[in-house]
Amino acid sequence: MARFNQDNEALARRIVARYPEPKSATIPLCHLSQEQDGWLTEDGMAHVAELVGCTPAEVLGTASFYEMFKLHPVGRYCLNICTNISCRIVGAADLLARAEERLGVRAGGTTADGAVTLEDVECIAACTEAPALQVNYRYVERVDEATLDALIDDLRSGTGRAADFPPHGTLGLVRQELAPEDLANVTPPEDQTVPPWIERHAAAAEGGS
Amino acid sequence: MSDATATADGGAVTDGPMPLVVSSRFDVADGHTLDVYRTSGSYPGYSGLAAALERTPDEVRETVVSATLLGRGGAGFPAGVKWGFCPPGVWPRYLVVNGDESEPGTYKDRMLMERDPHQLVEGALIAAYAIGAAQVFLYVRGEMPHAQERIAAALNEAKAAGLVGRNILGTDFSVDVVLHWGAGAYIVGEETALIESLEGNRGMPRLKPPFFPAANGLYMRPTIVNNVESLSNLPWLLHHGVEAFTSVGTETSPGTRLIALSGHVRRPGIYEVPQGTTTFRDLFEDERYGGGIRDGRALKMFIPGGASAPWFFPEQVDLPLEARPVGAAGSMLGSGAVVVMDDTTDAVEACFSLVRFFARESCGKCTPCREGTTWEEKILERIMEGHGRPSDIDLLLDVADNISPGPYPVAADPDHGLDAVPFPPRQTTICPLGPSSVAPITSAIRRFRDEFEARITRRDPIPVAVAVESVGGSGV
Repeated sequence: MARFNQDNEALARRIVARYPEPKSATIPLCHLSQEQDGWLTEDGMAHVAELVGCTPAEVLGTASFYEMFKLHPVGRYCLNICTNISCRIVGAADLLARAEERLGVRAGGTTADGAVTLEDVECIAACTEAPALQVNYRYVERVDEATLDALIDDLRSGTGRAADFPPHGTLGLVRQELAPEDLANVTPPEDQTVPPWIERHAAAAEGGS
Repeated sequence: MSDATATADGGAVTDGPMPLVVSSRFDVADGHTLDVYRTSGSYPGYSGLAAALERTPDEVRETVVSATLLGRGGAGFPAGVKWGFCPPGVWPRYLVVNGDESEPGTYKDRMLMERDPHQLVEGALIAAYAIGAAQVFLYVRGEMPHAQERIAAALNEAKAAGLVGRNILGTDFSVDVVLHWGAGAYIVGEETALIESLEGNRGMPRLKPPFFPAANGLYMRPTIVNNVESLSNLPWLLHHGVEAFTSVGTETSPGTRLIALSGHVRRPGIYEVPQGTTTFRDLFEDERYGGGIRDGRALKMFIPGGASAPWFFPEQVDLPLEARPVGAAGSMLGSGAVVVMDDTTDAVEACFSLVRFFARESCGKCTPCREGTTWEEKILERIMEGHGRPSDIDLLLDVADNISPGPYPVAADPDHGLDAVPFPPRQTTICPLGPSSVAPITSAIRRFRDEFEARITRRDPIPVAVAVESVGGSGV
């Protein structure tokens, strides 16, 4: 736990290889660490730092800027209710209050059983389907009181719709398959490599003139 | 969960003979797969790339310049002109695709990424060919795992088919397209902040100059950052040509735009409309689009281009969806997000919700924004909760003036004889986030000052104990 397991470390190294400078992989690797552990641990960040070639403090500096990275344990399900304009004008504030009441926690809190962390979030890009929420970043749209109540019951008991949502930290279930040997052009930025098609057209233009 | 975001109303609408440039596969079953992409929609998939590879990179750029493809991310700068800003002879160059869509009200890029990922990949390849970028980074917002999945799957298919990677379509054009994903920060949609984020840092904007991305971008190399919708236009443009593209819309704003119409209309949805020739009234009332204000109520105000845009009111509904007239009228089309609010809407609450967003998303780099947005939120919150002070309205405007000095862009108010102040606002900050927080404040106070005043109660007098029963001691 906390440091990458063997499979994830191999995957992390493949991700690092895609960037001309390894530090660019910091955010994807923090996501991978959070996917493994459910939140972003100190050991996890230290391992990310080793893989991207910076200090653990630099990884923390980056991770703490982004609200998806949880630097402390959270519930199995993060219930993120959008309270921005398009959702708010069709009742999002009432939905949030209802969720707080039913879960017994304020926005930002986690239920005592560790099932649900409730958050009031800004626009999640589902404005025409407002009011909207996300559970572990999967959408539930056109939410009304009844759907919210049923959803909360399911999340707390781990039944019904709870099965639709992968564990917290999991993002795309499909990964890009791009091994180091597939990469055509990852060169250090200092190398000044001119792309071949640019060289060819430049040569043709010179020859033609 | 495979298509949790597919909705009955999310589909695009054809406007008579108008071609659908970017949304032609939104309602096509499996339109996100390579096979269907090649055979459906308003052009055969990857035919635009093939057409591009038959021309020189300069010719492709000139095509985009002459089509006047305006960037669809918010600023509306011509994409082809932006490509030309790369200093000659400096390599490598990078293309960064900005899919970090987070502007409140906006959700067109998510639809483009989820429903037609190959179109975006093809568009990115065309741009990479034209500018000479050997690496493309496709930055997708963190909170959009479904879009990440669709793009990952599209890239995997494209790689297997020889459409990305080495020797694309058997030529010497080789490009690595890397899917990158964010972690929740609105400011990263700003191009220099996005570059910082892509370098593994906190997403704080860089000062321009000297850090214009086209010259000093990713790893201090020439970098072009283009929005998802801008790039998604390219395959159609390259396949059908400039003339077909400019036959839609107006001369200064050709082509179409995806508009996310949300709020109090009967049919909220994502609609592809011709630029310039469609008016807000069409958008709200036409049965193909919004279908009228819900419950037959009256329009109170609307946001024409995302949370950063100053509000419009019923007098502005006949303006066309075109950058110039909207800018002159005091707002912007921004990211194509139109939020409609009817007469049941509380202007103070709407203002608070928008301002709180900017306060939360301020990166903290510039003092006027970091401190200013925080105070704006606090003052609005106490007004909302009935603890406002009589001086708070002017205090809000004063704080706002420190972030964006001078007259702030605002719509005309004929009832009070006030003229429009044209867009854009001035700023004391590196990026426009702070100044954007002023938009809802000046819009709401100028028009609905009475609503603010009604919320500001005089302070209750200090409670005086009238009949305290003595319990011994001093009895106080």
